[in-house]
This record gives sequence, structure tokens and C-alpha cells, in this order.
Amino acid sequence: MSAVSTPVSPASQARAFSAVLRRDLYVTWKELPVFLAQVILQPLFLLFVFGKVLASLGYTQHGYSDLLFPGLLALTAVITGMQTLAFPLVVEFGWTREIEDRLLAPMSTALVAAEKVLFASLRAITATAIMIPVGILVLGSIPWRWSGVPLLVVALVLGSMLGAGLGLVLGTAVVPNRINIVFSLVFTPLLFTGCSQYPWPSLSRLRWFQVVTACNPMTYVSESMRAALVPSVPHIAVWVCTVVLIGSLSVLLTLGVRGFYRRAID
Amino acid sequence: MAANNLGRVSLNDSSAAPAVEVDELVKRYPKSPVNAVDGISFAVTPGEVFGLLGPNGAGKTTTIGMLTTRVRPTSGRAMIGRVDVAADPVRARSLLAVVPQRSNLDRSISIRRNLTFHAAYHGVPAAEATRRADELLAQFGLLERADVKPDLFSGGQAQRMMIARALMHEPQVLFLDEPSTGLDPAARLFVWDRLRELRDRGVTLILTTHDMHEAATLADRVGIMDHGKVLALDTPEALMRGLPGSSTLELSVRAFENGGVPAGMIESLEQLGGVEQVESLPDEPGDGQPAQWRVRLYVTGEASELIAPTATLLADRGLALSGVELGAPSLEDVFIHLTGRTLR
Repeated sequence: MSAVSTPVSPASQARAFSAVLRRDLYVTWKELPVFLAQVILQPLFLLFVFGKVLASLGYTQHGYSDLLFPGLLALTAVITGMQTLAFPLVVEFGWTREIEDRLLAPMSTALVAAEKVLFASLRAITATAIMIPVGILVLGSIPWRWSGVPLLVVALVLGSMLGAGLGLVLGTAVVPNRINIVFSLVFTPLLFTGCSQYPWPSLSRLRWFQVVTACNPMTYVSESMRAALVPSVPHIAVWVCTVVLIGSLSVLLTLGVRGFYRRAID
Repeated sequence: MAANNLGRVSLNDSSAAPAVEVDELVKRYPKSPVNAVDGISFAVTPGEVFGLLGPNGAGKTTTIGMLTTRVRPTSGRAMIGRVDVAADPVRARSLLAVVPQRSNLDRSISIRRNLTFHAAYHGVPAAEATRRADELLAQFGLLERADVKPDLFSGGQAQRMMIARALMHEPQVLFLDEPSTGLDPAARLFVWDRLRELRDRGVTLILTTHDMHEAATLADRVGIMDHGKVLALDTPEALMRGLPGSSTLELSVRAFENGGVPAGMIESLEQLGGVEQVESLPDEPGDGQPAQWRVRLYVTGEASELIAPTATLLADRGLALSGVELGAPSLEDVFIHLTGRTLR
């Protein structure tokens, strides 16, 4: 029985990983209209009300929608990543126990968590990409610089993973009967302190709020998006954003994977 | 013992290695003052059906949890074949399958997809998975509704689906946690038949149950668990043979007003001819019923012949017999004999 002494090959763990990912993609594909409604509605309304309605009525300055659009891309990436991961995870661990079949697949438990993060990030990236045509449709035109696309992509990937990381931490920390209260306590502040509706440097007149927003990692996604699409608007330096995002991501993923192990193995 | 039955195929060419082995296995959950599993040891031979029998909270599910990589042992060792479960959980998972107490089917996808995705997780090629799924769906009577999502199904159907799913990657050891709890009699017989077929194909089965009938019917050997310990482990026949006497006589006696029983009553009963041992049973107070004293006599020979002498003996002490039950010893009696309590 020489096979027993050798570790399970990385190839077979990769096979299990890709099968689990395929399962998630299959379910998303089967429920595509639900997915689209879920990810598009909120940013669509924000965009429509703040970018279109208020502008048409003259309540916002000309150019506000240019500033808002990159912020909403950041918002969509982070929130979609978080929602995709956190809600189902709480339900799977708490009620349906659907995750057990994947936890018993021949792959390391960390890989099951990693698949969750990858899948949530993919969904977040897709949802954010969909916001671009939606933005053109609602606003007539969006701020766009081809030279800013590489930075946009980096911010998009980091923002989506950041959302997924937040989702992993929340999804493993929250017990099912607390899900509503915890999510409203986390979700609303995250939504409004992430600088998606205003550039961070402009908050210098509201110093305390500037400090609060600096603590929300989503701020750095919004600022990077603005740096990519509307660099003329004052923004936090790109390198600062990248460092903070990579730092927060490592902390969240470490905490999240630890939480995942706690829930997966008694 | 079971492994050498004719027709059993050993999946493991090295007959020396047990299919499952636990050694001084201990689990203590954080903040718990006692061990949920308290230093148990046993070995299961390939192809054997091994039952863990005990009341809820005895530590059966935790034992299964440790063997199936979902519960981390506090100390001791759990092996699946030659794989140390704690040291190499990934490989252990490829060798085993679990049918849990409560449905954990994937409700977002059809029954058939539940089976084929499970196979894909375990690296079974797609064509082979499709073939096995068709075969298992037919065998488990699920073919007609194979393309329906599982949340519409009854407990018995969910149980069948989970067993079918578990078999998709052809595990060497199949764990079933309370396989027939909550099933109607027909569904239970169906599941039992499928489990016997698996046993005949050489799959090692480990099941937990608090149903002594299930343990006696299905298991080659039974480990009786209580408070995290294995109290006895043998074939059902040997366990029952280990009881004093060859049959039992259970008496219900209307006790005195104060619920008391005359001193020396048990000793007097023990002195009757043919009585091996006498056990006072836990009272099961009914609503508004007068206090009962229940006692079980383990008897050599015909238990019915003892009814008249015991009735006379009780009447002499001013006690009235209110119920008599004759029985052959069961695993339940073994449990009562070992713990002084009933299984539920």
C-alpha cells in the first residue's frame, strides 16, 4: 500500500477545487436573472437618483456624476463580494448544512474557503463590469480613460476580494439567529463611510468624518477607482491605497480562514 | 469475524490492517467539564457492519465526527485503513463517506446533480459519474424524480438520496449516523435492505443507532456506548448471552402508598428456583397512575413457570402484581444491565 504513504496529489485537490467552483458557477448560471437583479438594482438606483435625478433637478453640481460613478463601481465590487459570500455561508453552516458535502471532499478545508473567496470575487467582478454599460445607459456617458484601465482592473480585483474577505469574516462569525442585526449594523455604515459618494480629500472640512472613512477599507477602493477614471479629482495616492488594500485583505483573509476552520471542524 | 464470511470481498489486500481503528480516542469540547468521548478503542475489520448503540448524548456522533475529519480529537488516534485521520484528513476523506442524521443535500441542484457533483468533488470522471448515478438512482428508486431539487422530498427519500450520493465515489468505509431515525417502517426496511446489499459487496459500514432492534438486525458487532465510553463490544448474540439467564420475566408491582417496597424483597426473589439475577428497573411514572415497582428477573429455563411462585411471594408481603412481561433478552436488556437505565 505504497499509495497511502504519499500525500494526496495537488492535482487531485485541484480537481476537487475546480469541481466545487463549477458547482457554484452552474448554480449562478441557472439563476442568472436572480443574480443580475440582486447585483444591479442597488447601484442602479443610487446611480439614477444621485447621478441623474438630483443632477437634473439642479441639486448637485455639474460633474458630480463623474465623481460618483467610480465610487459606485467600488461599492458594487465590495458589497457584491461580501453579500455573495456571507449570506449563503451563514445559511450553509447554520441551517441547510449544504457545505458538508464539500467539506468532506478530498481537499484541504482552507481550499474550500479559498473557493468561496474566488467565486465571490468572480461574481463581484462580473457585477461591477455590468455596471459600466448600465452607467452609460443611465447617465448618457461615463468618465473613461483607457490609460486608467490597468489601475481600474487592479482596484476592481482588490475591491472584489476585499468584499469577499469581509464576507468570509462575517459569514463565519455570525450565528444564524443574529444574521439580520449584524448585517444591518455592518452593511449600512460600510455603504456610507466608503467614500463612494464623495472623494476623501474633500472631507478635510469634516475632519472627524474623514478619520472615520479612513478606517473603512472600501474608501481605498473608491479612491483607486477615481484615480483610474477621474485623476483630476483630488484622491489618496495610489500606492497608499494599494498598500492599505493588500494589508486589509491579508488581515481579513487570515481571520476569515481561521473562522472557517472553527465552523468547519469542532 | 464478519470479514471471513464467504462472498465478502476485501478491498484491502493487507488483511492485517483494520478498515477502521480508534485507539484511546478522547474528545472534550471547549468549556465542557466532561469528555464527550472518553478514551475509546476498537477496530473494525474490512467488510464488517459495526454498530455503535447508545442513548442520545452517549458520544456516538462525536466518535463518527472524529473518524470523518469533522471533529478534532483531543487525544488518541483514529485511523481509516492505514490513514491517520487527524494527520492526513484529505486522504481520509477520499476513503470514506458519511450519511448524516439530518439532510445536508444541496438544495440548489437536482438529485442527479447532487450525485454527479459529489462524484466530481472526488475526481470521478464525468462519464463514469453519469453511469454510476443512473445505476444508483435506479437502485434507490429515485429515477423518476431525479431531476427535481431535493427540498421537496420526505425524510425517507432524503435518506436514500444521501446514501446514493455517498456511494458515488465508492468509499471503502461508509458511516451512517442514525440511518433510520424518523423513517416510516417501509422506508426503514428499504434502507436496511440497501445496507445489507452494501455489506454483501464488501463495503465496511459503521452505523450509530439508539434503536436496539436496528443494531441487532444489521450489525455484525455492536459497541454499547454511554457517557463517552464503550461499555461492551461483541456480536449481538454474545452480548445477549452475556446476560445472566436465558430469558427474562419483568414484573410490575403496585407499591405501598408511600411508594416503598418491603426490605429484602429482591433477595427473596433471587432465592426462587431458576432465578439467576434480579434487577430493580427505573420507574417510568405514568400520568396519575399509582406508584409502580418494576423488577426484572433473569431466568434459566421457562420464565412462565415462575409467574405463580412470584405472585405468591409478593402476595405474602401484601403486594399485588399488576403486570407481567415475558421476554428473551435483547440488546436493550444488555444496556439496562450495564447502565441501570433504559436506552431512551
